[in-house]
Amino acid sequence: MTIDVQPMTLVGAPPGVDESTMLEMYRYMLLARAMDERMWLLNRAGKAPFVISCQGHEAAQVGAAFALQRGKDFTLPYYRGLATVLVMGMSPREVMLAIFARAADPSSGGRQMPAHYGHHKLKIVTQSSPVGTQIAHAAGIGLAEKIKGGDAVAWTSFGEGTTSQGDFHEGINLASVHQLPVIFQCENNDYAISVPMNKQMAVKSVADRGVAYGIPGVKVDGTDVLACYAANREAVGRARAGDGPTLIEAHCVRLTPHSSDDNDRTYRPAAEIKDLRSHDPLTRYRDYLREQGALDDVREQELRERIKHEVDDATAFAEQSPLPDPSTLLKHVYADS
Amino acid sequence: MAEITLLESIRQGIDEMMAEDARIFVFGEDVGRRGGVFRVTEGLIDKYGPMRVLDAPLAESVIAGACIGAAMNDTLPIAEIQFADFIHPAFNQIVSEAARIRYRSNGDWNVPMVIRAPYGGGIHGALYHSQSIEAFFCHVPGLKVVAPATPYDAKGLLKASIEDPDPVLFLEHKKCYRLIKGEVPEEDYRIPIGKADVKRAGRDMTVISYGLMLHYSLEAAEELAHEGVEVEVLDLRTLRPLDREAILSSVRKTSKALIVHEDNLTGGLGGEIAALISQHAFEHLDGPITRVCAPDVPAMPYSKPLEEAFMPSPAKIADAMRELAAY
Repeated sequence: MTIDVQPMTLVGAPPGVDESTMLEMYRYMLLARAMDERMWLLNRAGKAPFVISCQGHEAAQVGAAFALQRGKDFTLPYYRGLATVLVMGMSPREVMLAIFARAADPSSGGRQMPAHYGHHKLKIVTQSSPVGTQIAHAAGIGLAEKIKGGDAVAWTSFGEGTTSQGDFHEGINLASVHQLPVIFQCENNDYAISVPMNKQMAVKSVADRGVAYGIPGVKVDGTDVLACYAANREAVGRARAGDGPTLIEAHCVRLTPHSSDDNDRTYRPAAEIKDLRSHDPLTRYRDYLREQGALDDVREQELRERIKHEVDDATAFAEQSPLPDPSTLLKHVYADS
Repeated sequence: MAEITLLESIRQGIDEMMAEDARIFVFGEDVGRRGGVFRVTEGLIDKYGPMRVLDAPLAESVIAGACIGAAMNDTLPIAEIQFADFIHPAFNQIVSEAARIRYRSNGDWNVPMVIRAPYGGGIHGALYHSQSIEAFFCHVPGLKVVAPATPYDAKGLLKASIEDPDPVLFLEHKKCYRLIKGEVPEEDYRIPIGKADVKRAGRDMTVISYGLMLHYSLEAAEELAHEGVEVEVLDLRTLRPLDREAILSSVRKTSKALIVHEDNLTGGLGGEIAALISQHAFEHLDGPITRVCAPDVPAMPYSKPLEEAFMPSPAKIADAMRELAAY
């Protein structure tokens, strides 16, 4: 069955979410956006060869990550997962180290393109570029958890284009057969680089595919952080209780081109691009927090200044951090190399 | 010491390791109640239960992919690909993921998993139940590829593979499963990955082989002995990393090298071994480095005369030995 999660920012916070948690969610959304915008500046300034964005996905990712337990649950985000990894404990400095391909980059030591996140201590699982492979890994992590009798969950994310991959089907199918503790979050932003959703699938919604696996398919507004939190909290609860996986489709907006090497004006109608900002999850949440009396100009200003300072610090720190030594090229092929 | 088949030695190896370490589990098509189509995992589900001997959905990519995930969550998976011919849908998971995870994470993550795959022909398996797939994977840094030919080596190498902190592709020759018997000691032992073994000593030429072809080479060497040619037969046992020292020291001694594999000639492991010898033992050579391999056709056909024409045989190997000996 496909479940439609009601918009939360219009009706109020889910039970158990206090004001400080709501503001903390906002802080992470702002931080992710500020980090992302800085990366583009660095790219255009010729300091970062490659950037791939999470702009427009912040609500879906922050909402989901707040439903997870940091250091216990596994996250397997895809390349748009900046906000996810920030909430799960990766610091702005650590993220920036990857942008500058520095030796101390915790994800890969400068070996991978930026946004290929990984951090063992934080249980953020290393990722590659062929899309969808992480879906099978998430199922396997869930399988191991069931074999061990533990209660951690595996949470993985991917775009709607990735749902065309075989690993999407194979991974969800395995998790469903064995009722594994896995949450599959599709962050549907309508485009796989240039290809619109109706060229990827004939169904109206990715969540509808849950039926094919006998698991809940949950459709949620991916620009509503509280709704995304509610949907994920329920899915995590189900997974931890041994009631199996959930497929969540968070409908997001992609506010930028696919990557720093893309130009979305070559395939997206101008009016569509212009309209995107009216669906900005940050604006929407800010308006909600103001309506609730949780946020005012003074607090907002304080928050933005704090974040600007964090991003400045991370940028300066990463830029002056040493590059990898060429002599390390041959290391880590095997345990003994 | 008991004499057992290659197949039994692999089962024993899995069984003894599973009894010792609860982190080990088996995941593959039909490995549960059926005990695998070749019966390698027979009886294991009764001993270890359905959560440690799991029938996988019929989907090779997730067999490899889920085992990768499980290996990153503190378990030790043994994946079974029912026939090596069916491993190709899992190529991306094995090559882009399992083999690169340590390197791409700068040593932060690793994948201690074993992928078992029955390979090779001579059993009327035709194009899709006979393939030799080792060359594809021997090209990949980050993977280890093991192909034992005897029960003793198979059991010891399997245990070493399970304990290895990196992904190991463990190739089992189907025709050897029940054909090859050998003594295996009662006590616990390991065969280290990366070490070749001289299966027959000789001074006139070195034959380098593995799997079923190792046995065919030994048969041919026996025949040549009656003709006064003493052939040394080196069993690679591990295909990646190659035991360079064992290959080079044998060739330096005999001055002649014949490489025998069932895989196709072009791009096969033989080319790499030949390059190694010609670069590092060139001045010792007293004849052309020679290869006996399958011809460059897509795979071995089903019909008996065609299958036989495809497979290197003891007779074909003996002919190549005679020619090289006379050079």
